[in-house]
Amino acid sequence: MENTRPLLEVNNLSISFGGLRAVDDFNITINKGELYGLIGPNGAGKTTAFNLLTGVYKPTEGIIRLDGEDITGKKTIDINKAGIARTFQNIRLFKELTVLDNVKIGLHNRFEYSTLAAILRLPSYFKVEKEMNEEAMKLLKVFDLDKEANLKASNLPYGKQRKLEIARALATNPKLLLLDEPAAGMNPNETKELMDTISFIRKEFDMTILLIEHDMKLVSGICEKLSVLNFGHVLAQGPTQEVLNNPEVITAYLGE
Amino acid sequence: MSKFVDSIKSNKKLQSNLITFGMVIILYVICQSLAAAGILSNSMKGLLIQFCYYIIMAVSLNLTVGILGELSLGHAGFMCIGAYTYGIFAKVLSSGNLSRTAILLISLVLAAIIAAFFGFLIGIPVLRLKGDYLAIVTLAFGEIIKNVTGSLYIAKDSHGLHFSLNGTSDMVLDADNLVIIDGPKGITGLTSGVSFTLGTILVIITLIVVLNLINSRTGRAVMAIRDNRIAAEATGINVTKYKMLAFTISASLAGVAGVLYAGSLSTLTSTSKNFGYNMSIMILVYVVLGGIGSIRGSVIATVILVLLPEKLRFVNSYRMLIYAIVLIAMMILNWSPSARAWREKMINKIKSGKKVKEAK
Amino acid sequence: MSFLSNLINGLSLGSVYAIIALGYTMVYGIAKMLNFAHGDVIMVGAYVAFTIVSTLGLNPIIAVVTAIVICTGLGMLIERVAYKPLRNAGSPLAVLITAIGVSYLLQNIALLIFGANTKIFQSVISVPVIKLFDGQITISGETSVTIVCCIVIMIALTLFVNKSKAGQAMLAVSEDKGAAQLMGINVNGTIALTFAIGSALAAVAGVLLCSSYPSLNAYTGSMPGIKAFVAAVFGGIGSIPGALIGGILLGIIEILAKAYISSQLSDAIVFAVLIIVLLVRPTGLLGKKITEKV
Repeated sequence: MENTRPLLEVNNLSISFGGLRAVDDFNITINKGELYGLIGPNGAGKTTAFNLLTGVYKPTEGIIRLDGEDITGKKTIDINKAGIARTFQNIRLFKELTVLDNVKIGLHNRFEYSTLAAILRLPSYFKVEKEMNEEAMKLLKVFDLDKEANLKASNLPYGKQRKLEIARALATNPKLLLLDEPAAGMNPNETKELMDTISFIRKEFDMTILLIEHDMKLVSGICEKLSVLNFGHVLAQGPTQEVLNNPEVITAYLGE
Repeated sequence: MSKFVDSIKSNKKLQSNLITFGMVIILYVICQSLAAAGILSNSMKGLLIQFCYYIIMAVSLNLTVGILGELSLGHAGFMCIGAYTYGIFAKVLSSGNLSRTAILLISLVLAAIIAAFFGFLIGIPVLRLKGDYLAIVTLAFGEIIKNVTGSLYIAKDSHGLHFSLNGTSDMVLDADNLVIIDGPKGITGLTSGVSFTLGTILVIITLIVVLNLINSRTGRAVMAIRDNRIAAEATGINVTKYKMLAFTISASLAGVAGVLYAGSLSTLTSTSKNFGYNMSIMILVYVVLGGIGSIRGSVIATVILVLLPEKLRFVNSYRMLIYAIVLIAMMILNWSPSARAWREKMINKIKSGKKVKEAK
Repeated sequence: MSFLSNLINGLSLGSVYAIIALGYTMVYGIAKMLNFAHGDVIMVGAYVAFTIVSTLGLNPIIAVVTAIVICTGLGMLIERVAYKPLRNAGSPLAVLITAIGVSYLLQNIALLIFGANTKIFQSVISVPVIKLFDGQITISGETSVTIVCCIVIMIALTLFVNKSKAGQAMLAVSEDKGAAQLMGINVNGTIALTFAIGSALAAVAGVLLCSSYPSLNAYTGSMPGIKAFVAAVFGGIGSIPGALIGGILLGIIEILAKAYISSQLSDAIVFAVLIIVLLVRPTGLLGKKITEKV
C-alpha cells in the first residue's frame, strides 16, 4: 500500500506583528513529489509564510508538520536538519567563498570530522574532504557550475548566483525545497532555462518543491498546484489552471 | 614524489600556506644567523621575541576579525590572562626544582586552556551581540581584565593562598610568606628571556592551527556565518557553536602570546600600556594593514610595523600618526563605493590595454 | 553627609557623561555608527580652551566659544572626509575601524603639538562655592555650573529636535534614510548638522570635564568618551532622555564605586554595568528594538 501521508501539512498558521496579521489561517498540504506554487500580490505574506515554515519567525498559531513530524516553532537550523531547505528572494550567498565552498557548506551536516581532526590534519580530514569535494562537484555539474567551482561566489553572473543558491540548498539533502522568487531579475531566456532546471532537479532528486513566483508563465508552466495569498489569507487553492481561472484571483491580480 | 609536487601545484590554498610557513622559517634562519654572526644589536635581539608574540596576537585576532567577521577590541585582555598565568605559575614554582623550560612549557598549556576558558565565558554574552555593541563589550571585558589583574594582591604562606583588593597589609600572613601579585606593582623577580626558537615554534603552531582551521569544515562554517548569518542558519550551520569555537581558539592563542610576553620580562605589571584597549587597537592596526582575513598579511604587517619604528628614529615619533592616516586611507580606499568603482575601472583599463597590445 | 557629597560629585561627573553621550547617541541614531573619535573631540576642545586661557591669557568666555567653533568644524570635517565615503559601503566593520583611525589620528596630532606631558588645565569657571549644612557639604563652582549646563543643554536639544524643522528632519533621517531622502530632506546636510551639534557638545564637555579634573593630555578624552558611550547604551542608544539618564546614573555609579568599593576597580565596575545592561536589556533603558529583515 502506498504511503498517503502528505509531506508538508500546514494547519491554521498565523502570525501577528503588533496588530497586523501578516499571515492568517494559512493552510497547505503538499504531497511528496509535487511542484507547488505560492502566488499573490506584493505584500500578501508569501515570504512571511516561508519565514514561518523555516523557523525565522515563530508562528502565533498553527501547526506545521513535515513528513508527519511536528516542526512548529523549531529553530531554523533544526528545521533544516528536519528536511526543509530554502533560497532567498534577495540572494544570500556566502559571497567571499568559492562556488565549491558554498556547496560544501550545504553538505556540512552530512559529512563529519572533528575540528581537532582538521587542525591536526588526521586521515579522516583528507578522506571526508575528498568525499565532500566529489559530492559537491556532482551537484555543481547538474547546475552547469562545475567550471566556475573555484570562482568567488560574488563574481558569478546573476543567473548563476540563483542557481548556486539552489545547489547549496539541495546539498543539505532536503525533503522539501522552498524557492523564494527564483526567477526574480532574470530575462526570459534565463527564466526558460531555470524552468528546465527546476523540472530537472525535481526528476533527478525526486524533490518536492514549493515556490513563490510572480512570473505567471513560469508558474503555469511548471506548477501543478497553486495557492494564492492575498492580505495574509488564502484566496484560492488547487490545480493550477483551476486557480488561475478563479474570478477572485483574477480580481486580486488585476484589480476591479 | 612527483605526485606530491603535483598535488601541491593543483592546490592553491596549500601553496599559499606553504609560502607563509616558508616565510616564517626563512625569517627565523636569517635572524638566527645574524645573531650568531654577532651582527644583531641588543635592541634588535629584544625585538625578536616581540615579533613572535605580536605575530601570534595579530594572527589570532585575525581569526576573530577576518574569519569570524566580528570586531574584538579586547584581545589584549586574553594576552593579559596568559601573561598572569605564567607569572603566577613561575612565581609559585620559582623555589621548586622545576627547570625554567618546564615551567614555560607547562605555563603555555595552562595559559592556552585558561585563556580559552575565559574566551568561552566572555563569548557567551558577547557573541549574542552584533557589530558596534560587540566591539564595545569586548573592549569592556578587556578593560575589566586589565583592571582586576592590576589591582589584585595575592600572597602565599603556610595556610595557603590569600587574596585582597586593598593591599598586602590587609592580609594576615606568616613571616615566611611569598607575595605573588603585589597589586599595581605586579609580579616581580621573574626570570626574563625566552628563546627566539621557542617563540618561532609557537608562531608556527599558531599558523598551523589557524590555517588548518580555515581550510576545513569548521572554518567554512565560521566564514559562512561571517558572510551571511541568516543563510548559514538556513543551511543548517550552528551559528552559536561556531562563533564560540572561533572566538575561544582566538582567545586561547592570545593567552599563548601572553606567556611569551611575560616570559621576556623580569617584572610583569598590568597597565593600560600593555593590556589596555590601546594595545588591542594596535594589534587591530597590524591586522587591518596586513589585510583583514589574510593570515600571511598579518605576519608581514606585524614584522614591518614592529621593525620600522626601531630602525628609523624619525619614523618613531610620527609612527602612530602615520598608522592612523594609513588606517583611515586603507578603509576608505578598500570600502568606499566610489573608490571601488574607480579601482575597477582602472583594472579594466589595464586589462583592456593588455589585450590591445596582444592583438597587435 | 559624605554620601550626599559623593552623590553630588557623581551628579556632576554624570552630567559631563550625559553631554558627551548626547553626541554619541545623536550620531548613532542618525548615521548608525559608533563614532569612536567622539571622545577625542573632547580632548581637542579642552586643548583649545587651555591654549587660549593659559598660553594666550585671554578671557575664558572667548576660550569656550573658540573651543565650540573649532570642534564643530572638526566634527564636520571628520564626517565629510572619513565617514561620508563609507556611508553606503555596507560594512559596519570598515566604518568602526575608520573611526578608530580618526581617534588615533587626533590623539597623535595632539601629542605632536602639545607633547606627551600632562598639562594642568586652569578652570574657566569662576562661580563661588556653595556651602550647605554649615559647611559640611561644599559644592564647587565647577560642579554647579556643570549640572546647570547639562540641564540647559538637555532642554535646548529636546526643544530643537521636537520643534524645529531641522530637528524633525533628524528624526526622519534616523527612522529611515531612504524615505527621508524621498520626502525631500537633505540627508547629507542633516547628518553633517548632527555631527556639528555633537562635536559642539563635546567641546563644552571637554571644558567642563577639565575644569573639574584638571589634568589634560592627548588621552584625556578617550576614557570618558568610551564611558559616555556606555552611558548612551545604558540609557538606550538613539534616545536623548536615555543619554541623560544613562550618563547621570553612570556618573553616580562610578563615584560611589570609587568611594565605597575600590578606586582601582571603578572603571571595571562601570564596564561591568555595561555588560549587565546589554545582557538583561540589550536596547538599554529607553531604547527601541530593531529586527533584521529576511
